[in-house]
Amino acid sequence: MIASSRSPLIIVVHLSVLLLVALWTLPTAGLLISSLRDKDQLAVSGWWTALSTSSQNLTGRAASPEAQVEKDGKFVISGNLLEGGNAKVSAFGVRPLQPSAFEAGTAADLGDGQMLTVNEDGSYEIVSPTKMEGTRGQRIFYTASVPPRFTLDNYREVLNAAGIGSSFINSLTVAIPSTIIPILVAAFCAYALAWMPFPGRAILIAVIVGLLVVPLQMSLIPLLKLYNGVGAFFGVPAKTYVGIWLAHMGFGLPLAVYLLRNYMAGLPREIMESARVDGASDFDIFVKIILPLSFPALASFSIFQFLWTWNDLLVAMVFLGTGNDELVLTGRLVNLLGSRGGNWEILTASAFITIIVPLIVFFSLQRYLVRGLLSGSVKGG
Amino acid sequence: MQQLLFAIFTMVGGVLACAAYFFGTNWLLDTIFPSKGLTGAQASRNLRITNAIRPWLFMAPALFALAIYLVYPVFESVRLAFHDRSGQQFVGFSNFVWMFNDGEFRQSIFNNFLWLLVVPALSTFFGLVIAALTDRIWWGNIAKTLIFMPMAISFVGAAVIWKFVYDYRSEGSEQIGILNAVVVAFGGAPEAWMTIPFWNNFFLMVILIWIQTGFAMVILSAALRGIPEETVEAAVIDGANGFQIFFKIMVPQIWGTIAVVWTTITILVLKVFDIVLAMTNGQWQTQVLANLMFDWMFRGGGDFGRGASIAVVIMILVIPIMIWNIRNATKEMER
Repeated sequence: MIASSRSPLIIVVHLSVLLLVALWTLPTAGLLISSLRDKDQLAVSGWWTALSTSSQNLTGRAASPEAQVEKDGKFVISGNLLEGGNAKVSAFGVRPLQPSAFEAGTAADLGDGQMLTVNEDGSYEIVSPTKMEGTRGQRIFYTASVPPRFTLDNYREVLNAAGIGSSFINSLTVAIPSTIIPILVAAFCAYALAWMPFPGRAILIAVIVGLLVVPLQMSLIPLLKLYNGVGAFFGVPAKTYVGIWLAHMGFGLPLAVYLLRNYMAGLPREIMESARVDGASDFDIFVKIILPLSFPALASFSIFQFLWTWNDLLVAMVFLGTGNDELVLTGRLVNLLGSRGGNWEILTASAFITIIVPLIVFFSLQRYLVRGLLSGSVKGG
Repeated sequence: MQQLLFAIFTMVGGVLACAAYFFGTNWLLDTIFPSKGLTGAQASRNLRITNAIRPWLFMAPALFALAIYLVYPVFESVRLAFHDRSGQQFVGFSNFVWMFNDGEFRQSIFNNFLWLLVVPALSTFFGLVIAALTDRIWWGNIAKTLIFMPMAISFVGAAVIWKFVYDYRSEGSEQIGILNAVVVAFGGAPEAWMTIPFWNNFFLMVILIWIQTGFAMVILSAALRGIPEETVEAAVIDGANGFQIFFKIMVPQIWGTIAVVWTTITILVLKVFDIVLAMTNGQWQTQVLANLMFDWMFRGGGDFGRGASIAVVIMILVIPIMIWNIRNATKEMER
């Protein structure tokens, strides 16, 4: 490494890493920026233009002739198309096919001697030599450059209307117990496999390594049948939170046991032997020495399990159901993709709410995540 | 809110129940076979008995859960694969015969093999390249974190992110998907990428590669750092250039790790489901095995026989890797 840092190639290295990082972060950046944009702007311009003013073709209507006032023998209707805001009108027209026939500030002939003027700031004036008739105002087509606008409206909307708020709570309900409950169970098992000699230990470890990669798909149908049977037997619904917590525990156990066993087996033997000489039993050793020492491995597993249960779609769809009240965030997002596929303001904000929790966990606990990956890289995900 | 309280309550209850189980059984064992305060022969006899029983007490809850949630389902799935849609009537191999004559299944197998060829290879390749490059620059760790980040994003979230990248507007209107915007900027015509058969598979694969490269990078980066410096220094003295050092000295030394990364991603690819469901739901010839299985399980009217037989096919594809993993793990333990 030392030799190559002096080579002129180092600039190429910097540039290629920069390119790769850009490729990897741009999609997420696009989502985040889009979710904060005004939904009208989001639909007509790319997120990379978010900071520049966008040009939009808009339609407005002048006030109705009832609002006309007589001034110097002429009849005048005036008002403002933009009603505040910082936009600027660049061109306007009176026919849908020629929305920018006239430049801002010039006068357009509407016939019958009527003249329409639209200024850059959006103010307009219709001047007529005779009294104008009718109840509907003149339609005006105009091109306006709208300055960038960022808003939290999209988030407000999805949290209240699209059901994301209740799904967020559902996801928490699924993920937290599914993460905590397996830890103790796995830790005891891992200790037995690491430090207690008994016949068949090697075979058990091999079985657990094998179970690491068993596809979830194998478990779905038999467990669904089992749950239905248990539910019918006890007269309770088959799809409950308890059911999904236990399912997540079962699916997470191989990794938990494997990770923790590897970690515990690496702890120094002397600690345990000196404790044993002092008369401590296996139980004491485990609770008072091993468990506190294994904290890094426990943290690694908890992060894995939390990310996995939070991000899971399949298990939740099968064991919790797809009804409106029990949808977790991932399931809700899939539904929104189907029903609101074109509404990017809803999709981007929902997606960002879905990924924000794992991202916080990721950035704050990355150290443990990496350590866990390195010690358990046999796991199949 | 109420359910969250219920969840926390159950969680505390579950943890307490676990603790009570372990304390309780341990206390029971020590009371029935006391070893303290007894004379020599009996104490050692009791000690032997408790030492034989205690590991199983420690492991019982975990083994019980593993048996119910993973071991039993494997056998039950194999049984169901030979039965009809309700699981009552034995039908021999007819589910498998149906499967291999079914166009959608063959499409799925073909697509799965495409995924297997492309995704592990490219993820590992990018991971290796990024790991090697970021080791040489001062902001390498920041770059690594950013590339590792998609790992935390759910497949569904990633699907939305990429659907936005692939978004299509008809020709002439302004593109809001960045891919089409780039294509148009270079004078091309915008495409609805998801609907181009065969090639759309690759656009889906990009999503998984995007997620998994970080994983490959983290593992391979650690492996690269573990390479003894002497070997690299010797090569430098012998006049090897950067590429030669990388491909002839470093890569051969981390073959084992590359294989682990490769197989781990391979298993993930075999089970890929969320991405396809969210992006195309198997339309435009993008069906894969896991999604097809889900279809037959629920939307196909709940045909458990066919669903289980597709699951068995996935399992059969995983078995070689499983055996390889077990062998490696056993070898490591003997060392």
